[in-house]
Amino acid sequence: MAGAAVLGRLTWRVATVTRVVEETPRVRTLELEIPGWSGHIAGQHVDVRLTAEDGYRAERAYSLASAPGEAPVITVERLEDGEVSPYLTQEVRPGDAFEVRGPIGGYFVWRPDDGGPLFLAAGGSGVAPMRAILRQRRNIMSEVRARLLYSSRTIEDVIYRAELDEEEVVHTLTRAQPPGWTGYARRVDADLLRKVAWPAGDVPLAFVCGPTSFVESVAAGLVELGYAPGRVKTERFGATGGR
Amino acid sequence: MERLDGNAIGGMLFYVFGREMTMARAECGHCGARGPLAECEVYLGGPGVVVRCRVCHNVLMVLVEVREMICVDLGGLGALDLSAGASDQSVS
Amino acid sequence: MSVISRGFRGRRRDAEDNPARVPPGQSVTRDFPVLSAGATPHTPLDQWTFSIENGGLLRKWTWEEFRALPREPVTADIHCVTRWSKLDTTWEGVSIDTLLDQVDHDASFMLAFCDGGYTTNLPLEDVTGGKAWIVYTYEGEPLDPEHGGPARLLVPHLYFWKSAKWVRGLRLLDEDEPGFWETHGYHMYGDPWREQRYSGD
Repeated sequence: MAGAAVLGRLTWRVATVTRVVEETPRVRTLELEIPGWSGHIAGQHVDVRLTAEDGYRAERAYSLASAPGEAPVITVERLEDGEVSPYLTQEVRPGDAFEVRGPIGGYFVWRPDDGGPLFLAAGGSGVAPMRAILRQRRNIMSEVRARLLYSSRTIEDVIYRAELDEEEVVHTLTRAQPPGWTGYARRVDADLLRKVAWPAGDVPLAFVCGPTSFVESVAAGLVELGYAPGRVKTERFGATGGR
Repeated sequence: MERLDGNAIGGMLFYVFGREMTMARAECGHCGARGPLAECEVYLGGPGVVVRCRVCHNVLMVLVEVREMICVDLGGLGALDLSAGASDQSVS
Repeated sequence: MSVISRGFRGRRRDAEDNPARVPPGQSVTRDFPVLSAGATPHTPLDQWTFSIENGGLLRKWTWEEFRALPREPVTADIHCVTRWSKLDTTWEGVSIDTLLDQVDHDASFMLAFCDGGYTTNLPLEDVTGGKAWIVYTYEGEPLDPEHGGPARLLVPHLYFWKSAKWVRGLRLLDEDEPGFWETHGYHMYGDPWREQRYSGD
């Protein structure tokens, strides 16, 4: 194996947290400063590696939620039995550092030349790479149509809520809804997809990200609506939304 | 931990193969099904990583970090096409 | 040179108990992480059987027959090769001694085989003399499929990858043959007290 080819772009680098944003009670966004960072494509992720004083290590992958050209940003949901997420969401402060490797990914990416129309479906923290795609699209003033179907447990769990109000987003709240809620109030099913997804005849490009069961159900649903399987990109997070 | 997909091991695969691998097209040695590694089933098994065919669930690859090395078993693959682009997209 | 992340400890807790119970490189957890090499199988109990083979079938039990076998409670510390240990876990099941007493053999080794295709190898002297069980109860409840139910192998004195989930039988062998993880770089024996994690340790 060409060892030299492995180094350079994908070595572990130190990332320093510059800002912590509380998105929801369980979710934090960390803005990072990574010397030597050379940018990324919307949809890519980084591997994050934490090392304890006694050398114990844990590693997890997190999608970049920022657009290319913006400072790298990750959004982390705290998992109850998590090993890394409780640290990243409850302990980390600006000035703290950990290692990152990336950007990683060539499949679950959107480049402006890829066009659209874009149909994005996110479950829980799966909305993170969608933010990167939507911000990229906005930053370059793309004319590509984009719609995000975003499934969350409750309104309090909706991440980037104010920012997403500027986009075409269809929310569904699966566990509880605020008084007066007129939006969808159930898990995404075939009927909901048929109403919300771009028609297959538009030859859309779909990105689906979130818990494994969400991704598989939505991806299958889109293919059943006539989406070309090669134009439905999937990225599975763990059962409870992180990886 | 439920099953993930090849995206989750993109970094490890890059480290092993020296290049982006999630778009590489894997052919299952057991049932012949083909698809990008990104769409294969991935189990982060604890002792190691197990990659399985989405169609027949047979083991395609096993990756184990042994000390500072990664030991890779590709025996379950019929083929691995590194030249493959992703899909109808014009992705270079 | 790794960057130490201030305040990071992972899921681990301090070993409140006697540290002599925690092998080198391990940390105690109160959780019970679920780690798998494949999807959780769901064999209906009316189709489940447990077999002992040695080339041919020596003995087979249905679920009902297996449950009728003498059972015993087991309390054990368990040690996963991924560095977590869990102390005083409680189980109930059938001793491997009970099972092997019912067959004639002169084997020295075995390979446990499981739903989903997982295998792991062990010397017979490490699963006899009260050292190993096929367990179907954990903490007083039927063993959860995520943790290997309806029944799994339990060999607490070795790394926990040897305690094969969803076990369906034992293949008796004359020679030691590597199982799944052993084929992929892990140690043939796996003694946590000698830190035998990888082949060559």
